[in-house]
Amino acid sequence: MFPVAEVVLLNRNDIRRALTRIAHEVAERNQGTADLVLVGMRTRGVPLARRLARILGEIEGRPVPVGELDVTLYRDDLPMRGLRPAIQQTDIPVDITGKVVVLVDDVLYTGRTVRAALDALMDFGRPRRVQLAVLIDRGHRELPIRADYVGKNVPTSRREEVQVRLEEVDGTDEVLLIKPEE
Amino acid sequence: MELKTLSPRDAGSLVPGAPARRRHILDLDDFTAEEIDYVLYTAARMKEILGRPIPRVAALRGRTVVNCFYEESTRTRVSFELAAKALGADVVNMSAAGSSVAKGESLIDTVLTLQALGADFVVIRHPQSGAPYLVARHTRASVINAGDGWHAHPTQALLDLFTIKEHFGRIAGLKVVIVGDILHSRVARSNVWGLTKLGAEVVLCGPPTLLPRTMVSAELWPPVTVEYDLDRALMGAHVVMPLRLQRERQQAGLLPSLREYIRLYQVNPKRLERARPEAVIMHPGPMNEGVEISSEVAHGPRSLVERQVANGVAVRMALLYLLSGAVVEG
Repeated sequence: MFPVAEVVLLNRNDIRRALTRIAHEVAERNQGTADLVLVGMRTRGVPLARRLARILGEIEGRPVPVGELDVTLYRDDLPMRGLRPAIQQTDIPVDITGKVVVLVDDVLYTGRTVRAALDALMDFGRPRRVQLAVLIDRGHRELPIRADYVGKNVPTSRREEVQVRLEEVDGTDEVLLIKPEE
Repeated sequence: MELKTLSPRDAGSLVPGAPARRRHILDLDDFTAEEIDYVLYTAARMKEILGRPIPRVAALRGRTVVNCFYEESTRTRVSFELAAKALGADVVNMSAAGSSVAKGESLIDTVLTLQALGADFVVIRHPQSGAPYLVARHTRASVINAGDGWHAHPTQALLDLFTIKEHFGRIAGLKVVIVGDILHSRVARSNVWGLTKLGAEVVLCGPPTLLPRTMVSAELWPPVTVEYDLDRALMGAHVVMPLRLQRERQQAGLLPSLREYIRLYQVNPKRLERARPEAVIMHPGPMNEGVEISSEVAHGPRSLVERQVANGVAVRMALLYLLSGAVVEG
């Protein structure tokens, strides 16, 4: 399958504005950032969580802790056969019991990654509330999961691919929609 | 189906080496250095899981691990059991005593039976060298060698490598001295493979009856140094690994007396002065305190023995996870 069309969904400024808006929404909904913990989901949720934390720190004038979560071992969609995916580091730096945890990911699609992340979180403690922030919601949920904060809703076909590129991981900031050849 | 964690643009740059397609863990002789690094990398992630309030994930949910032990073992069997359970697998323990093995069933028949009962992994310890290889040829399950005769104990060697790397931050360039009954030691053999592949300098030290020169022929074995004098062997050592000395070796005529062995080869504080000031002590267990190792050293500040036991669970988790997608040919 060769891509015939790449559409830029968000450019660098769009991403910055979306994150700034989400940060304000997070602060507004939770009346500040006390008790707040941001947890980025590997891979690209982690730099997004760090950026949100930085903006929230500027808005509220106090640092917000950031954790990193790899959910590979909690997935329900690992194929029975084939090479196992590499496991990346998980680091939840604070006790999340009683806290408000905002899970951060780049793309919300089937919801299975979020389901796995919820399972993983519960093994670390009992948060008072868990919210979900994503840069892109592309639809096609397979589980009853929705995001509390969305950068951009993008109707997609299952054959298309949403590719989020971030400076920290990919050297550039943009979100592409890649349409396969008909 | 979107599986972001499988995307090559994520995985490639993050790990030290690409994982090989491997179905069994029989010994380390056919591992590349990159593959060993990858196992150690994965084990470090597993160790983090073991430190969580609830150390249990779902990666092996629905899989069955059979511990098939034809020889006594506590720590290895328990370690595999904890590793499998931490990954969410079901574990069945089978020991030769009290099973149909005692009624004369052959090893192959036993393994075929376990396969028919749904074993995905067979962890086998057997007094005969090579038994896990025979099993691997007759089953669709993944076979992990938990010690066969005098031949190999790859999971012990990997946990030793992990512990050394965790402590020193590297393995290449370190001097590791393995002391004692090398002749009968599967731990020593697997460690020689693993340590030399990762660039450590390995010195084997013991009485000539337990370390015949013919054993370390350059064609069959990676380059190691043989040294019969412990004081000389320990000069500049980073890691000292005394092996368990079984008292039966004296009855077999391999040692003049236990007292002489202790005098010449026991690792004690006086001996250790020859090693580097930052040297550490490791032991595959179970220890014969007062024989190959003195109690002060076994439980002293330089001892990594308890760390080895804890790390064993993480390393075995990594192996079970990495094998769990193995493809069965045919």
